[in-house]
Amino acid sequence: MSQFVSFVLPGIPYGCAYALMAAGLVLTYQASGVFNLAFGAQAFVSAVLFTIAVRAGWPGWIAFLVSVVLAAPLIGVLLEQVLFRFTRTAPPLVKLVPALGLLIAIPSLVQLVIGTSARVPSSLLLSPSEVYFHLAGSPVSGEELSTTVVAVVVIILLALLLQSSGLGLRMRAVVESPRMAELAGIRSERVSAFAWGISSLFAGLAGVLLAPIYPQVNAANFTALLVAAVAAAAIGGFASMPLTLLGGVVLGIVQEVIAGYLPSGSVLSSGLRPAFPFVVLAVVLVSRRSLRGAQPSLGDPLAGCDPPPPSLRPPARMAEVAIGSRVFAGVLAALLLVTAAVLVPGNWEFTLTQGLVLSVIFLSITVLTGLGGQISLCQATFAGAGAFAVGQLAAHFGTPVLLGLLVGGGLAAGIGALVALPTLRLGGLSVGLLTLSFALVADNVLFLYSWSGGGGSGLSVPRPTVAGISFASSSAFFWLVVVLLALVSLAVRLLGAGTTGQELAAIRGSEIGAASIGVNVNRLRVVAFTLSAAVAGVGGGLYASLQQSVSPTDFNYQFSLVYVVVVASIGIYTVAGAIEAGLAYTVLLQLIGNLPSRYSSLLGLVFGLVALSYVRHPEGVVEYARIWALDRAEQLARLLKRHEQAAGS
Amino acid sequence: MALLEASDLSKSFGGILALAEVTLRVESAEAVGLVGPNGAGKTTLFDCIAGWTRADTGRIVFDGRAIDRLAPYRRSRLGIGRTFQRLELFTGMTPLEHLLVAERVRAGTGRLWKDLLGLGRPTAAERDLAAETLALVGLEDVADAPVSTLSLGRARLVELARALVGSPMLLMLDEPSSGLDDQERRALVATMRRVRAERGTAVLLVEHDLDLVSAVVDRLVVLETGRVIADGGVAGVLAAAGVRRAYLGPAR
Repeated sequence: MSQFVSFVLPGIPYGCAYALMAAGLVLTYQASGVFNLAFGAQAFVSAVLFTIAVRAGWPGWIAFLVSVVLAAPLIGVLLEQVLFRFTRTAPPLVKLVPALGLLIAIPSLVQLVIGTSARVPSSLLLSPSEVYFHLAGSPVSGEELSTTVVAVVVIILLALLLQSSGLGLRMRAVVESPRMAELAGIRSERVSAFAWGISSLFAGLAGVLLAPIYPQVNAANFTALLVAAVAAAAIGGFASMPLTLLGGVVLGIVQEVIAGYLPSGSVLSSGLRPAFPFVVLAVVLVSRRSLRGAQPSLGDPLAGCDPPPPSLRPPARMAEVAIGSRVFAGVLAALLLVTAAVLVPGNWEFTLTQGLVLSVIFLSITVLTGLGGQISLCQATFAGAGAFAVGQLAAHFGTPVLLGLLVGGGLAAGIGALVALPTLRLGGLSVGLLTLSFALVADNVLFLYSWSGGGGSGLSVPRPTVAGISFASSSAFFWLVVVLLALVSLAVRLLGAGTTGQELAAIRGSEIGAASIGVNVNRLRVVAFTLSAAVAGVGGGLYASLQQSVSPTDFNYQFSLVYVVVVASIGIYTVAGAIEAGLAYTVLLQLIGNLPSRYSSLLGLVFGLVALSYVRHPEGVVEYARIWALDRAEQLARLLKRHEQAAGS
Repeated sequence: MALLEASDLSKSFGGILALAEVTLRVESAEAVGLVGPNGAGKTTLFDCIAGWTRADTGRIVFDGRAIDRLAPYRRSRLGIGRTFQRLELFTGMTPLEHLLVAERVRAGTGRLWKDLLGLGRPTAAERDLAAETLALVGLEDVADAPVSTLSLGRARLVELARALVGSPMLLMLDEPSSGLDDQERRALVATMRRVRAERGTAVLLVEHDLDLVSAVVDRLVVLETGRVIADGGVAGVLAAAGVRRAYLGPAR
């Protein structure tokens, strides 16, 4: 018994923090339909502010007021006002991408402003490690006491607020149909902004409460907090507040108890604790009926009042302009290739090759999201599977790299199909979360075994040799990558133009309509996942061969998030968009690498902020610029034509 | 044998009996109107036949085949085309593209390997057939316009054309006139008669507008609170006292 209690007690701070943030997630989701993954970053901001203030000698309660009561809601309302206000009627992907962008951009911004120096966090009420009394023989520390007290008080206040003011009812009305609620005299904008303020406060509070558990304030810890909170929110069906709170607390405690009873030293014991919330999330998402097809705005009877989302297809062009733009693109690509081969110095050759390899991985997102309209937050995991397959095959059987790429692509495809099966009946948001939980389980458990990720030191991977010709030199490898990228690009284009692509486009437009003409929607969803994972696997294998080594950290879940954000911000619907995204990412990475190290977070900041434009321009900024330029070209062509006709007559 | 034979269908939602042992037959090339007050079970019956709802009891035979347990897409491939009361168009696609993809799916000739070899693009024959269907419903002038730019009336015609393009044996239309103005209704009636004359497709039409129904169908079936209260020729059914009471209200 006393041993059990000694395992339960350390779980309480986790549980309280999970519950608080989960309550915030549910509140925002209920009031605005946005599942705000950026709460992880907002918790980080509050924790950093609090720590800085306390270190600067401010009294704890003033630091608390400033960092949690003032700053946190301010950030939340700001985000709602400038960003998420506009996504209310948008499809799940449009709601998810900006939140992901913020999850990456905000910690980058913090790092840029205050540097990367390690900070020892402070506790809120009581000294964290001091033991105040014993419960069933186990010491109860200040950390455990203060989180419990604060969490309970805040949650009681929230319950009173929702009950007494009728705010909960109004929130439900707003999420059901903002227009209808407005007709009934509810100021839906204000209700939504208020919910954002409150839930951001909760996120900030969770951040400050949980910070002392970790040795330093680190953004990654708060992403883990976020995903555990997502699991708790899923337990509550993204709707029930009591179930969500209970889920959060139980999750925190069970995770510590499991960790306590598992034998220490194995991969399972070190990996299962961080992976546990994600396993729960996956199980809950797949088994809870109410979460299937969760898309609250779907039934809005007044949805037609809002303008339809912008069309994602590039408009049809005059023949002259279409041909002209193709010639221009071809000449530009050829020039770039020649320049890259002849003029570029050695370290940039690696960068360009890396960009093209990344483009292959990014094309997997073009297939799944651009063509298939589905969200996956585990593309890096698929890439990792391909990379490890190439490495293991080469190490154990001496398999040639190109054959390894095929096997790796096939293995990733199989995993992709397996991941797709449980997502079949889920709505966009749930698919995103399920794939994210798969990525985290892979990071924390699957990839840590020596038979998969190669263990701690990783795997060494050779460069390919084809028919006696070695591609070991960096320029030979560059051309090989160019050829492979061209092949994959062509395949993706043909796929999009063919029957499968058209069926996927139909599903993107309306799943019900697609079924009515005989499209097997489930089969196509699996096909999209499988093909996408195969492309990612090939790309991952190439990546490993480029680096000549690979380890699990090359493909952890954060890359999956970054990948989606980068591709979405540049152009997720076209093959060109994926290639531009790959090159932009690595070139920027290289440029920033040349700067002093404190600017290293600029990359995340840039792409995170660009991703915010996704709300207005889901076609991506480069694609948007291209459409704009072609519009101008078309105007010019028309003008010239008119001139010619005038001169002719 | 009838083309569609739905016999003894019952369906209840919670405690509410939406369909009570309803039997409905549609002969091939016959047009049947399904009318009744709101809540009579028209939509439930419609969805049971198209596959979006599964009836609690009863069986549905289409073209000699039991289809009760088939998913909607399988029923579509067997030759049941449908339109929706609330538009279910493929946003971002043009009317022509709607028809091209529908045609290819019905024909079942799309294969992944063909796509990857560049053989997946629409053929000239497919384009001709799609253009022909567009002309049949009078949409040839907007073939390449995004559907989001079309008026509601024309958008409904896109759905009609999409359902028609695979030459279904049975065409199910769910309140095609709702939200249309008088002129659009007249155009719709003209289009449906033209379709019937040229294609000879059997039609099951759910509709509130009795004038519109009478102008198109051969036979009327009247539902009230989940039961069939009349079934027969248009004039006879509309004259029947029970129908007048259920649907038009008692005479004042």
